[in-house]
Amino acid sequence: MEIPKSFLGYKRENGRAGTRNHVIILPVDDISNACAEAVANNIKGTIALPHSYGRLQFGADLELHFRTMIGTGCNPNVAAVIVIGIEPKWTKKIVDGIAKTGKPVEGFHIERTGDIGTTMKASKKAQEFVMWASEKQREECPLSDLWISVKCGESDTTSGLAANPTVGNLMDKLEPLGVHLCFGETSELTGAEQVCATRGATKEASEKFMKTWNSYNDFILKEATDDLSESQPTAGNIAGGLTTIEEKAFGNFQKIGNCKFIDVLGPAEEPTKGKGLYFMDTSSAAAECVTLQAAAGFNIHLFPTGQGNIVGNPIEPVVKLTANPLTVKGMGEHIDCDVSKILSREMNLSEAGDELIKTTIRVANGRLTCAEALGHREFVMTKLYRSA
Amino acid sequence: MATDIIIHDKKDNVGVVVIEKITPKQDCACWIMEDDSSTNIQSVDEIPLGHKIAMVDLKEGDTILKYGHDIGKVVKSIKKGEHVHVHNVKTKKW
Repeated sequence: MEIPKSFLGYKRENGRAGTRNHVIILPVDDISNACAEAVANNIKGTIALPHSYGRLQFGADLELHFRTMIGTGCNPNVAAVIVIGIEPKWTKKIVDGIAKTGKPVEGFHIERTGDIGTTMKASKKAQEFVMWASEKQREECPLSDLWISVKCGESDTTSGLAANPTVGNLMDKLEPLGVHLCFGETSELTGAEQVCATRGATKEASEKFMKTWNSYNDFILKEATDDLSESQPTAGNIAGGLTTIEEKAFGNFQKIGNCKFIDVLGPAEEPTKGKGLYFMDTSSAAAECVTLQAAAGFNIHLFPTGQGNIVGNPIEPVVKLTANPLTVKGMGEHIDCDVSKILSREMNLSEAGDELIKTTIRVANGRLTCAEALGHREFVMTKLYRSA
Repeated sequence: MATDIIIHDKKDNVGVVVIEKITPKQDCACWIMEDDSSTNIQSVDEIPLGHKIAMVDLKEGDTILKYGHDIGKVVKSIKKGEHVHVHNVKTKKW
């Protein structure tokens, strides 16, 4: 198959391109959710991103909170942003961070005004933003404007046999075309960590990966009260035939094909070394991982599943694929790309990779994903430790 | 040719069932992905889609190989053709 050279995206002020054109209402903290949701309810075509945190955090945990908030606002799938927080200082910090992209952003704080007054002021600005954004047109953008993140979930052995290698095949074909790629799931590389480390493009990248994995593994061993058999593999994984974390890890690892990672990113950290594959230190919980990758600037997500994970994200479209024929049959409304014919050998891996490339470009051009059509907007912040 | 079981790597001592289920004493066609070769096995247990079958006899303490790599240890002996899962294999990690 000849791979298309371009897709239709929204060109942003900072040179990036979006696959979506969202106007988001971003609460700084948990107690500002109600106001943010009221604004989104008033002004059609905007979306609120409620979440559970943002108060009394400190140190690296607070830095991650700001990085996730600012990164989400900066994502090229977002046209404009309303930021609402209880206090002015943290609200302004997030507004200033997003403003560096050149996109419209305005902040409101609730203290001294209350929910109703703030909702009114923020709604007026949100209306202005969404009407402005609604005139933006899709334009031809080079394929290298795609930043593709990947994560698998509710995996089973069909993930490792077929759905994950299909993503790997896509990576092998798109990496030479200059796209940015990102995989994560630090804990779910356990058992395959040594093999994964050999896939660093440089000695430095390999060492950084091992340091990151060791740190996560030490944390798991410190907190674990058993062999994690209730969590890793999950009950869904086990039902699908996966027996150990090592087996899950080698399946997981198929997603990067033959690519080598050029750098290791912290959670929600934007890549700065140009095109190519990056590893990001993330939880293996689906919504947390996708939220961090979206906050790092990735504009389309590929999500292979075995037993049928249904996750979505409010700003980064999540494309689902599966090779499990029972999942296609039982919950087909969640599956964007069916590669189950690999198991019956009616389709080879390269053909499956081509199908996934076609689906990815259609979604980049604007086709809704199943998760978008079904209203999945999971926005889940990663929290590193207890608040003060 | 129809395939009932797929084996990732020729070093592997387990295969994965890729039809809805295999039944006891079923003669199964296996495809080894790594070198595109074929083999056969007769099942002992009923094994559902996605679950693993032992390609050889395995004793306690043996290592399960899949993708050509170590994915855990045998904790209860397994006969060729039997179901391999959490009841007879455990992680070596955590």
